[in-house]
Amino acid sequence: MLYRENGQFKSTYRADLQMLPILQDRVFIGVLVVLAFFAVPFLASDYLFLSMIIPFLILTLAAIGLNLLVGYCGQISIGHAAFMAVGAYAAYNLVLRVPWLNFLAVLVLAGFIAAATGMLFGIPSLRIKGLYLAVATLAAQFFTDWLFARVKWFTDYAHSGSVSPAPVELFGWRIDAPVEKYLFLLGVLVVFTVIAKNLTRGHLGRAWMATRDMDVAAEVIGIRPVYAKLTAFAVSSFYCGVAGALWGFVHLGSWEPLAFNLNLSLNLLFMIIIGGMGSILGAYYGAAFIVVLPILLNQVPQWLGVPLSTATASHLEFMIFGALIVLFLILEPRGLARLWAIGKEKLRLWPFPH
Amino acid sequence: MTAQLKHHSPVLALASVLIIGLFAPLALKLSPPGFWLEVLLGGLMAGVLYSLVALGFVLIFKASGVFNFAQGAMVLFAALAVARLSERMPLWAAILVAVAIMLALAFVIERLVLRPLVNQEAVALLMATLGVTYFLDGFGQTLWGSDIYSIDLGIAREPVMILDQWIQGGILINRDDVAAAVVAILLVGALALFFQKTATGRALRAVADDHQAAMSVGIPLNRIWVIVWAVAGVVAIVAGVIWGGKLGVQFSISQVALKALPVVILGGFTSVPGAIIGGLIIGVGEKMAEVFLGPPLVKLFDLAGGGIENWFAYMLALLFLLVRPEGLFGERHIDRV
Repeated sequence: MLYRENGQFKSTYRADLQMLPILQDRVFIGVLVVLAFFAVPFLASDYLFLSMIIPFLILTLAAIGLNLLVGYCGQISIGHAAFMAVGAYAAYNLVLRVPWLNFLAVLVLAGFIAAATGMLFGIPSLRIKGLYLAVATLAAQFFTDWLFARVKWFTDYAHSGSVSPAPVELFGWRIDAPVEKYLFLLGVLVVFTVIAKNLTRGHLGRAWMATRDMDVAAEVIGIRPVYAKLTAFAVSSFYCGVAGALWGFVHLGSWEPLAFNLNLSLNLLFMIIIGGMGSILGAYYGAAFIVVLPILLNQVPQWLGVPLSTATASHLEFMIFGALIVLFLILEPRGLARLWAIGKEKLRLWPFPH
Repeated sequence: MTAQLKHHSPVLALASVLIIGLFAPLALKLSPPGFWLEVLLGGLMAGVLYSLVALGFVLIFKASGVFNFAQGAMVLFAALAVARLSERMPLWAAILVAVAIMLALAFVIERLVLRPLVNQEAVALLMATLGVTYFLDGFGQTLWGSDIYSIDLGIAREPVMILDQWIQGGILINRDDVAAAVVAILLVGALALFFQKTATGRALRAVADDHQAAMSVGIPLNRIWVIVWAVAGVVAIVAGVIWGGKLGVQFSISQVALKALPVVILGGFTSVPGAIIGGLIIGVGEKMAEVFLGPPLVKLFDLAGGGIENWFAYMLALLFLLVRPEGLFGERHIDRV
């Protein structure tokens, strides 16, 4: 009953085009952001930050990136962890070799390097699509796995092949404690979410969606496929590059090439399938789901008093993920975000749905 | 003629680079001919295994247009089943039971995954098979266990020396490799007969050409799908048994089987001979690259070890996609609006 748009008239184009046209949505999101910045730091424990919230924030960023490519532009990628790896190692080398550079600049530069790599591996998408592209992106995955494991320059000739940079420092603020990491990541995520949301609403996003829905028709109405596809690859890899740098620097602290393997790529893909293809909000739901499910699977049997070995738990996790993917594709191909949208629609009409 | 040649010139260029690369170690006297032949044979053997997995892909893609990412997981599942069952019964009985299991699996997949997703886009189906992959990986290891198991094929392990009167040093080959090659050839022959000579095979080819036309002449689409997934399951058993007998049954089979993807790109998604030849090219190519191209690269760029074979196949497929997306033997894909 509270969720009504009665009486909210728009008298300017500006008001009509704003990101959240309904007042209640604006209030809701506003309260959520304020709570996230000012209440969560006092409520959550360190364990909760480190095991759930921080991975959730970073993976959301990566999932938004992948969703821009797969969900909005319709180009499938099963190798996006490769671009996260590029971002992470680019950031590592920038910090190592250009020590005076601000970490925010490092993030952006790492994103650009990842974007360039993404465009390189996106070139085949101009000739091929769908299934073929899946294999092309797999090439990116296996090549970067090898590149960062074997070329010693990238890891600064570390003997074990793993790298461990110093904690992030930003304008003299040493981001060390879980709460600080959380606030920093939240800030980054909010900025990137707003950018992504607006990209998809604008000229570029429409070009992507037209290409996704029917590439030939998009070409006929004057959208250059080269432009649409390569920008999608670039922006998507940029997001993943930034997410990869954060994953390495803020979440893992020290990592080896295996941290960005095929499994992570597939998990990113699962996030957007479960969360919702072609939806920024969906990336949040999907990331939350994928982060929380394994932890729940470890905890629930203990609460129930049925001890499961870790091996069994991880196999069960595989099975549940697999079954869920198929289930979502059959029942709700547009994921949790679509369920949310349906719920909102119902709420607007309630209690008289006609 | 010249126009045709012009169209194929990038393919010819790529092919000649590959062929030059193949014979370069011999010509440059980088290795004795015996060693070169051994590497070649090793590559061919690996190629046979890739071909077997790729065959499963091609069968399913031909008949249903589904890009079956789960083929590797099916190989792992089948290999695990045979390995664990053969602990309790003779190998032939274990394989028979495994065949029954794969038939049941095909039935279940068709019922629960493919039928509800009929008429969806190819990419949605690909993602569904990704789900099947995860499910099968987890289910197989829950059901059969997740250690490393072995399948004893009853073939002597020690390698045989051949050609030692012609080439100095001779060539060592493994008996199980030869057996694998023979089995693969028999399997391809049997499949070719099945596709060409039986009513079911004709129905399969009809479905592959045009779903709607096939349905309109009374071919039951759903049953065809069960059959083709079952055939792919049987191919997975053959691949799994050979692979498991050679390298042991473990989770990595599921990952290595991903190499079949570049193989089908190279050979063409719809071509059975393409899967075989593509597999052999990839197998030989990556072994040659690893052995002869790897060490100079390592020295030149000061790498921490070779391991080119991890990505060589994919990069080759990527190059191929740029010059000839339909693969060596695939049907040319024409987009109609």
